[in-house]
Amino acid sequence: MAESEVLLEVERSPLAATMMVNMGPQHPSTHGVLRLVLTLDGERVVEAKPDIGYLHTGMEKLAEHKKYQHVITITDRTDYLNAMGNNLGYVLAVEKMLGVEIPPRAQVIRVLMAELQRIASHLVWIGTHGLDLGAMSLFFYAFAEREKILQLFEAVSGGRLTPSYLRIGGVMADLPDGFTARVLDFCREFPRALDEFDKLLTNNPIFRMRTEGVGRLSAEDAIRWGVTGPSLRASGVPYDLRRVHPYSGYETYDFEVATRTEGDVYARYLVRVQEMRESLKIIRQAVEKLPPGPVKCDDPRVSLPPREKMLTQMDALIYHFLLTAEGIKVPPGEVYVAVESPRGELGYYIVSDGGPRPYRVHIRAPSFANVQALPLMVRGQLIADVVAVIASIDIVLGEIDR
Amino acid sequence: MDVVVEAVIKIVIVFGVVLTCLAYLALFERKILGWIQLRYGPNRVGPWGLLQPLADLLKFLFKEDVRPATPNPILFSVAPILSLVPALMTYAVIPFGDRIELFGREITLYITSVNVGLLYLFALSGLGVYGIVLAGWASNSKYSLLGGLRSAAQLISYELTLTLSVIGVLIQAGSLDLIAIVRAQSGTYFGLIPKWHIFWYQPLGFLLFFIAAVAETNRVPFDLPEAETELVAGYHTEYSATKFAMFYVAEYANILAVSALATTLFLGGWNGPGVERLPLLGVFYFAMKTAVFLFIYIWLRATLPRFRYDQLMRFGWKVLLPLAFANIVFSAAMATTA
Repeated sequence: MAESEVLLEVERSPLAATMMVNMGPQHPSTHGVLRLVLTLDGERVVEAKPDIGYLHTGMEKLAEHKKYQHVITITDRTDYLNAMGNNLGYVLAVEKMLGVEIPPRAQVIRVLMAELQRIASHLVWIGTHGLDLGAMSLFFYAFAEREKILQLFEAVSGGRLTPSYLRIGGVMADLPDGFTARVLDFCREFPRALDEFDKLLTNNPIFRMRTEGVGRLSAEDAIRWGVTGPSLRASGVPYDLRRVHPYSGYETYDFEVATRTEGDVYARYLVRVQEMRESLKIIRQAVEKLPPGPVKCDDPRVSLPPREKMLTQMDALIYHFLLTAEGIKVPPGEVYVAVESPRGELGYYIVSDGGPRPYRVHIRAPSFANVQALPLMVRGQLIADVVAVIASIDIVLGEIDR
Repeated sequence: MDVVVEAVIKIVIVFGVVLTCLAYLALFERKILGWIQLRYGPNRVGPWGLLQPLADLLKFLFKEDVRPATPNPILFSVAPILSLVPALMTYAVIPFGDRIELFGREITLYITSVNVGLLYLFALSGLGVYGIVLAGWASNSKYSLLGGLRSAAQLISYELTLTLSVIGVLIQAGSLDLIAIVRAQSGTYFGLIPKWHIFWYQPLGFLLFFIAAVAETNRVPFDLPEAETELVAGYHTEYSATKFAMFYVAEYANILAVSALATTLFLGGWNGPGVERLPLLGVFYFAMKTAVFLFIYIWLRATLPRFRYDQLMRFGWKVLLPLAFANIVFSAAMATTA
């Protein structure tokens, strides 16, 4: 037997040093349909290859066939835990091309919604993070809190997971009566839930053993791989788009950018928990400064005229007809606008050829960049740590595959 | 002849009661988990979900028995039996109560009294490992194999602590016979504190026993062999229908057995006020004490995250085992000075 054949035999033998395991796409803790091809040495990970695409639904292509105002519903479905934030990124991009002015009340409502959505998204993350590490009850507590936010969304838009509340030029409708009181109620009750999570996870010795020093990511590596959001801030880079490139008036709110330096799973955990508290601060300020006034701009190019005018005035009827039959005509050009989603920098790159439909929409999905750093984080770790690391970068496959 | 008839009747009663308890233990667990997690738990089948165990049983019996393409079909089928039978055999020596007079005969409230009762129990719990390892190996699946191997390592490590933590009790009771151990715990100190081992010299032994028992029964926070978020379902990933039900019942049988054992060794077994006059009351006390353990088991499951495999091993060998040794030295010293 030639030497090469012997080597081949050794590799084929069941006693070979490494073993290949497919984690996913049907696996309880890959958060959807992420597939990881793990090369294991015992329980230690030698190599991890993420394989994506199982949830590809062609949303970017689909957007090319929809009118600008109809693409909003598609953005809801990319990162399905951050529907309001996706709406925001998209409408900001289109508004930048159109150059329309948004009324101040709509600006504040958008910030309010985006921050409520951030808390809701982080609640799903903390629940599943706990579940992945075996703390099952936390999942239910987190979802009970999230339910309150979803009910708020339902009150303003009628939708819960996919509200499609934001519009080009404003928001769909004004806040219903008593809405701000309900938001303030939530702001009062929610810190108590956060304290309870602290008791169950933050100070739990088993949880800390499982997360401290696990899945380290240095600041240089994080930047090199394009990691953004809480995962980047946990590595010590205070990069938050709300602070660095403010949009929707974020520069007028007082909040801290949560940052840690350890770069491990526990640091990412602490950053997100801190972010929930900061979001609460922003929500309180937003409710306080909520100005009266319209919630849609009165630019006839983008928003429908009031029904009263449409039925009585000729020019209003024409605008109404043009807007519904033809759509919003966006001047030719291209634009990139990024917002801070709960997962990182969510960017919309839109090319317009002057027609009512976008020529090209590209979504810079934060999870897509973040998951690239996963192999780096899990190399040399145990298989149980892989689960913890996946949970800590908080991926949403809906926006990775789009 | 009478003795044989009596033994058979007792075996039938004990196993009937134990199996019913196991079925309702699953319901009890789901109900308590439900309450802790802000939901109702099963409440569709029968009043208050009381017929749920029956529905589950029927479901398991009528499900298709899928067998993976494995080179070891016999081992695959034997493994669940190997894990269930030792779990059920433990109940033969557990003393549920003292003795009662019935039909002019003196009847003991346990199936049999073995003078090496504890050794018998530990031998059986050692046998249970085979079922799990063989299941993992015969399934011909990587997740199952990893689960089975983890299990073997974990059970062997924690069995040491489990066994050593009991030696303090043996020193104090002076016997391996479970009935003698319970008798040694009757009476009170100063008419107030019961003479249970948990209060007298053995609180550390009790703690060690309890932690090791949780690990031994593969429960949270030591449920690594079946860590569903890592290994899908561990060693029983490939099992379905009745075979899966056997693993399921075996797990609950082990939990109940270990709780009953903890009650016997540390909480005075059937002892309690008024037992001398009314021995049947002892069975009630025994059941109540065991139920407390079962509740703690479920409470742990609802609250704690899971250890990592290497942390579990380190905890077992570097923390629990030295403490168990220290407890033995302490118990021996107390016994010689007393």
